[in-house]
Parts: sequence; C-alpha cells; structure tokens
Amino acid sequence: MSMKASTREIDGVTVMDLSGRITLGEGSVVLRDVVRDLLSKGKKKILANLADVNYIDSSGIGELVSAFTTVRNQGGELKLLNLTKKVHDLLQITKLYTVFDVKDDEATAIKSFS
Amino acid sequence: MTAKQVSYTFDSTLETVNNAEAQAGRIATEAGFSEDDVMSISMAVREAAVNAVLHGNAYDPNKKVMLAFNQDGKDLTILVRDQGKGVNLDAIPDCLAPENLLKQSGRGIFLMRSLMDDVQIHASSAGTEVKLIKHFPGAAGNFQEASH
Repeated sequence: MSMKASTREIDGVTVMDLSGRITLGEGSVVLRDVVRDLLSKGKKKILANLADVNYIDSSGIGELVSAFTTVRNQGGELKLLNLTKKVHDLLQITKLYTVFDVKDDEATAIKSFS
Repeated sequence: MTAKQVSYTFDSTLETVNNAEAQAGRIATEAGFSEDDVMSISMAVREAAVNAVLHGNAYDPNKKVMLAFNQDGKDLTILVRDQGKGVNLDAIPDCLAPENLLKQSGRGIFLMRSLMDDVQIHASSAGTEVKLIKHFPGAAGNFQEASH
C-alpha cells in the first residue's frame, strides 16, 4: 500500500493525515511534496497524524527528519501525532523520539503550538 | 532436520526492494515466526536490499542483487549480496551520536542490527554481502524449497 496524505486546518494548525507506508520511493516523495506545498503557502504549524501509518523504513524516517528540520529552519514547527507501536518503537531505538515533539491527543496537540 | 534453501536474483531497481521485503515476509511467516518477528525480518531485508540497490549497485542495470534464505532448524539466515564496490563500514557515522541524529540517512545498518539477532557484513571490491540471522524461538519452521 502506498502512502496517502490529506490536510485540514484547525485553529491555524495544519493537520497532515498520513496513511499507508512511508518508505523509499513514493511514500517519501509524497511526504516531501506535501510539506513543501504547505510551507510555500506559509503554513508553518504542522501536525503530522501518523495514526494510519503502519510501516516506515529508514528512508521514511529520514524523510520525517528532513521535514522536521525544513519546517524548523523556516521558523515553523512540525509535531507528530498518534504513533503506531511500530513507528513509536523505531523512533525510540533511533533516539528520535526525544527530538520530535510527539503527541497522542489531537486537541492537546493543536493547543500546544505557539 | 535438512537445511532448506531458496535464492533469488533481482535487478537493481526499486521494485527489487519491495520484492525482497515481500519474499522475506512470506518465508518468515511460513517458517513460523511471530508477527513481530516477521515484520522485523522483512524490514531488515528491506534495508539490506535498499543498500544493495542504491548504494551497492547504484541502480546499474548490469548489476544484480542476490537474495538467499537458509533455514537450518536453529536459524533463518538471509544473505543479500550486491555487485558494487563494497561498503566502507568505517565511513558510516554513528547515527545515534547527537551530531548525527538529524541526518537524513545512515540508519539502515543500525536498523538491521536492531531488528535481527546477528548481522554480519563482508565487503570487498566485488561487492557487499550482508548476512542477517534470526534465531527460531522454538520449534523449527518450514518453507518450501524453490529456486528462481
């Protein structure tokens, strides 16, 4: 299953709903394109909802890191929401869990953006 | 029990990465591994295949990726071999070092080591061979012998 992405706006925050696999190739490209598109429109408060992301490989992890730094370098914030156990475990062992701001409740996550 | 082997030869394409992952998942499932172990094995094989296609063979259509599974009752051993220049392991930075945490790449071998019980990497000018080993937690598994 390839990755799909859709976005919605809540209180000035763009929630990016991702589903499927973030892997080398299409999945990583979709994520990169969506983030670039949001930034080009001045949307810099991004909440990536990973509830339906069931698989991520090292390329996908790299793409998430790239999205995080790209948004941050433009003065924005990218946070993660609703990690599946597998994605949570991968971020733990790669020590990225402490790098990303990870949330498990959408309303709380929305309010956390400055 | 008699060792069971199956091997495949793939082109250096992105499709190979998906095929390798799928074969690993199928064989690990048939061998009786748990769902978590199947995911770990298929993910480790995917990472090895990505390295073989991208970094080893660099998508060269004249170079192949060899994938082999061996089951001996104690372990499932998977070989992923490319025909590249051979990886320089000393040149791969520690992806857990603070200064490398935000790098986009360099986590593949680390993930393989995290997901498998043992990972052995042999590099030469003829290519890189990655051996991924997962111990069976209990009774030996089973998969059909084949060759492609």
